[in-house]
Amino acid sequence: MIGYVVNRTLAAVVVVFGVSSLVFFMLHLLPGDAVTIMLSEFGASAVEEQQLREQLGLTDPILVQYGRFLANAVQGDFGTSLFSRRPVLPQIFEQLPKTLELAVAATIVGVLFGAFFGITAAVMRNTWWDSISMLISLLALSMPNFWLGLIFIFVFSLNLGWFPVQGSDTLWHVVLPAFALGLSFAGLLARLFRSTMLEVLGQDFVRTARAKGVAEPSVINRHALKNALIPIVTVIGINFGFLLGGSVIIEIVFARQGIGNLIIKAIFAHDFYLVQGGIIVTAALFVLVNLIVDLTYGILDPRISYA
Amino acid sequence: MAEAASAAPAAHRTIGHERTPTQIFLREFRRNRGAVVGTVLFAILILLVIFAPYVTRFDPVEPNYAARFSPPTAEHWFGTDRNGRDIFTRVVYGGRISLLVGVVAVAIGSILGTVFGLISGFYGGVIDNALMRFMDFVLAMPGILLAITIVFALGPSLVNVMIAVGFSTMPQYARVVRASVLSAKQLPYVEAARAAGAGDGAVMGRHILPNVFAPVLVLATLGLGSAVLSVAALSFLGLGAAPPTPEWGLLISDGRGVLRRSWWVATFPGLAIMVTVLAVNLIGDGLRDALDPRLRGQV
Repeated sequence: MIGYVVNRTLAAVVVVFGVSSLVFFMLHLLPGDAVTIMLSEFGASAVEEQQLREQLGLTDPILVQYGRFLANAVQGDFGTSLFSRRPVLPQIFEQLPKTLELAVAATIVGVLFGAFFGITAAVMRNTWWDSISMLISLLALSMPNFWLGLIFIFVFSLNLGWFPVQGSDTLWHVVLPAFALGLSFAGLLARLFRSTMLEVLGQDFVRTARAKGVAEPSVINRHALKNALIPIVTVIGINFGFLLGGSVIIEIVFARQGIGNLIIKAIFAHDFYLVQGGIIVTAALFVLVNLIVDLTYGILDPRISYA
Repeated sequence: MAEAASAAPAAHRTIGHERTPTQIFLREFRRNRGAVVGTVLFAILILLVIFAPYVTRFDPVEPNYAARFSPPTAEHWFGTDRNGRDIFTRVVYGGRISLLVGVVAVAIGSILGTVFGLISGFYGGVIDNALMRFMDFVLAMPGILLAITIVFALGPSLVNVMIAVGFSTMPQYARVVRASVLSAKQLPYVEAARAAGAGDGAVMGRHILPNVFAPVLVLATLGLGSAVLSVAALSFLGLGAAPPTPEWGLLISDGRGVLRRSWWVATFPGLAIMVTVLAVNLIGDGLRDALDPRLRGQV
């Protein structure tokens, strides 16, 4: 068990290291020169720009810069915003709770609706309800979430006045963004719940339960559902990235605080280090969530061995 | 399989006529109601987009200040925006851009992914390990975030959006192709080709590549839907198309500022995206079930 935890954790650390390196090289090597734009945006003259470049170590060979980036990153130093003059990491962590709040709320919306439509569709396979559920799921998957957010704002905030138009101060503010982001996730989950459930329902132990006279609700709840839930947990972990990515754009639509909003504003301000740090922290968060899912997987399914 | 067995008497009659894999595929595909609906929808969209100048008599870009903020009418089906431009016209012309950008993004992702997957599966060993670890790192980033990173590095533009969205979908193709190559490599006819003196290139191109065609086609079709969504999202954020280009994401962003007074400006481009993605997903599901049912549950 301990060996398994250590192994998975080490693998996650390697992936975080790899992703950070990937982001570093993309931002430093791809043509477009984000750093030059940042410096010109900063209003530096040619001489000042050269001074800033040297001061920031941008004149060094790329591998030297990379080494320095890694050495600093390990110590939690992702550079200083040229505009706010504050270290990048604390600014990102300030925004983290709001993004997590949205992602968790959207997960809840996704799981509740996804489970309801997916499981009922599987149980009532090949009925009109099955067709309707799958059509609704596909529609939910096909909608742009930022557009759905705007429609929600128009209907529920501007016209009905039930919810605030924008902001992120209270829990009431998270309802519409969570639905805008969570419903497409629900569409995805409903399709997966359905196919997993169908697979489980076709297995021998379900037939045995039915053969020995177990009532149908009990077959579904006690025998099938428990086994269908296990792969779904992994799916939620894998698709947590989908929610983190989606939160970037939903935060903009609802003018919510959060990492996504921070990154997009930093992009338009050409605040290079803030963008780099924000992206790396978000990717690391995604890896961390998957690590947690991997580790809880064993608790949910005793058949998994930790060899 | 089960269907064929239960329909045994009917199968006897038809089997003689359906010999080629294409015919079998067409039969399976036509049986799928969703896939047929999706194909018809998509065909209508393509026709509208190609014949845009004949479908509408308005200009997608030229302002017409006399007709500002008109709600949907018999004259302007989807209403007009702050510059009096006809939204229906902008949505139809926007389809040209959004579909083209989506298709190119999918082409970039699927070609890169197929090449890397082929090399990885065919050569194995160190090359395989290095390529697949790299793909793991790319996959560890939420797709849209990776695309945002690339657009930030390259600068905002539609061309860079295609590259970014294409690149961020590459690992999916690489993984599926690699898995197909690994199983195809074991087949006797590949060994036979080798024994007959075929080189690496010929074995890969002529004997292994056809095996990965079906899964890549399924992934690419389903991928077109998410590519259209990603491209629209990036343009909505201001990282893609520049005004006054009638791109769908940008049209929604136009409507955001005037949501209170003119709901139609944002609503109709969003519906266009939804119908397009729905059609593509229906086709993709049908292709998957007809060509490669093993992918069900995975994609």
